[in-house]
Amino acid sequence: MVFENRKDLLGMKGLGADEITAILDVAVPMKDIISRDIKKVPPLRGKVVVTLFYEPSTRTRTSFELAGKYLSADTVNLAVTTSSVQKGESLRDTIKTIEVMGADLIVIRHSMSGVPHYVARNTSMRVINAGDGVNEHPTQALLDMFTIRERKGTLEGLTVAILGDIRHSRVARSNIFGLQQFGCRLRAIGPPTLMPPGLESLGVEVFHSLEDGLEGVDVVNVLRLQRERQQQGLFPTLEEYAARFCLTPERLRPARPDVLVLHPGPMNRGVEISGALADSAVSAINEQVTNGVAVRMALLYLMMGGARDEIAG
Amino acid sequence: MKVVEKARIMDEAAMRRALTRISHEVVERNKGVADVALIGIRRRGGPLAERLAARIQEIEGVRVPVGLLDITLYRDDLTTLASQPMVRRTEVPFDITDRVVVLVDDVLYTGRTVRAALDALIDLGRPKCIQLAVLIDRGHRELPIKADYVGKNVPTSSNEIVTVRVVEIDGKDEVVIEELVEDQQSL
Repeated sequence: MVFENRKDLLGMKGLGADEITAILDVAVPMKDIISRDIKKVPPLRGKVVVTLFYEPSTRTRTSFELAGKYLSADTVNLAVTTSSVQKGESLRDTIKTIEVMGADLIVIRHSMSGVPHYVARNTSMRVINAGDGVNEHPTQALLDMFTIRERKGTLEGLTVAILGDIRHSRVARSNIFGLQQFGCRLRAIGPPTLMPPGLESLGVEVFHSLEDGLEGVDVVNVLRLQRERQQQGLFPTLEEYAARFCLTPERLRPARPDVLVLHPGPMNRGVEISGALADSAVSAINEQVTNGVAVRMALLYLMMGGARDEIAG
Repeated sequence: MKVVEKARIMDEAAMRRALTRISHEVVERNKGVADVALIGIRRRGGPLAERLAARIQEIEGVRVPVGLLDITLYRDDLTTLASQPMVRRTEVPFDITDRVVVLVDDVLYTGRTVRAALDALIDLGRPKCIQLAVLIDRGHRELPIKADYVGKNVPTSSNEIVTVRVVEIDGKDEVVIEELVEDQQSL
């Protein structure tokens, strides 16, 4: 199985199609549990999950917490603003403290790329990367892929466009690595200032206009525009960005008639996506949130059962 | 180690007759099937539950609801296994509260699967009662669990394996007793 020889989930890079498929397959029965009257099953009784977020988050952190609770794990959220981190405790000491209290798995988000990898090397706990800098956000990619597979029936051979600030997006990177395992054709759409160098060498087609980029696509994943990028001079004003790149029902016309629109949230309505489109039937934005819990349940289940001693630390 | 077939204890006809008898027993015990629902335990309990439902329909003219239970998340050995077993969907598209639920499985052995199934069922609702139907009871119980309907009682030793095959999954209907033997013996 997926985590037989793998202690941590640090990124989509290096995960094979068979491993991704196994995770998504387990997420299907997990999703059923969320809609039951009694949203609790027992497999992780006695296991402890700690979330440690050095960046703000509602949906990712809450969704890990609920995923753990639905599987009967005990979940603890460490709020960095009220913890000893404020007294200058080093990351390594914080991690060690959590480890010796008996936690089995830690979910970590940090503004610096590579932090989860550093943590993983320095602890016997299992580690899930919940977003590190501009590197990866693997659980977001998995829930996007779950949503696409659920709506389209398959991932194989789809054309997927990612729209917006690709340059600073860990969501985009994780999606690219994951979707490429299934032979998807990938496109990136956005202004040149928000495109990372070397995107073409990853096999991604780059477009600077919505009309060209959306031609015939099966899926559009709209990224959130971070307002602080404006101060860096990467686009002039939100209004100007929206004038060219805000996705609306009209602008979606070149896409396939059965196009699916995703957004990782939180949305800036009227900036990267219009409210009308976000609330329409082609959008799966609310469904993505539910699927996020299901996919994280699948991961926690797959990573935490079994005899831990057998996994190389 | 390899698996050697020792005996074929049921063929297609024997399985058909056993399931027909169990169907009659379910109807008789419950004085009809007004509240009855059949729930098969994945995987081979599923096809067996479907067949019982078809027989009951022939007898009573009523189609009883049929569901499918995956008990993986309720197993008591999850923390001891090297890697996590695959989870499949539980498909019970009706409310089990106040129904007579007949759990259906292929082989009753230690009783641990049934224990897990009871917990899984109770998380779905509160049945009026739960009964247990199995094609084979091979003994060696480790929990205080007993079947209400049994196709065939088969005394076995614990190093033997009872394998039930069904057309829907395995391409044929039969029950065989197999044993694990050292490879050297066959050389």
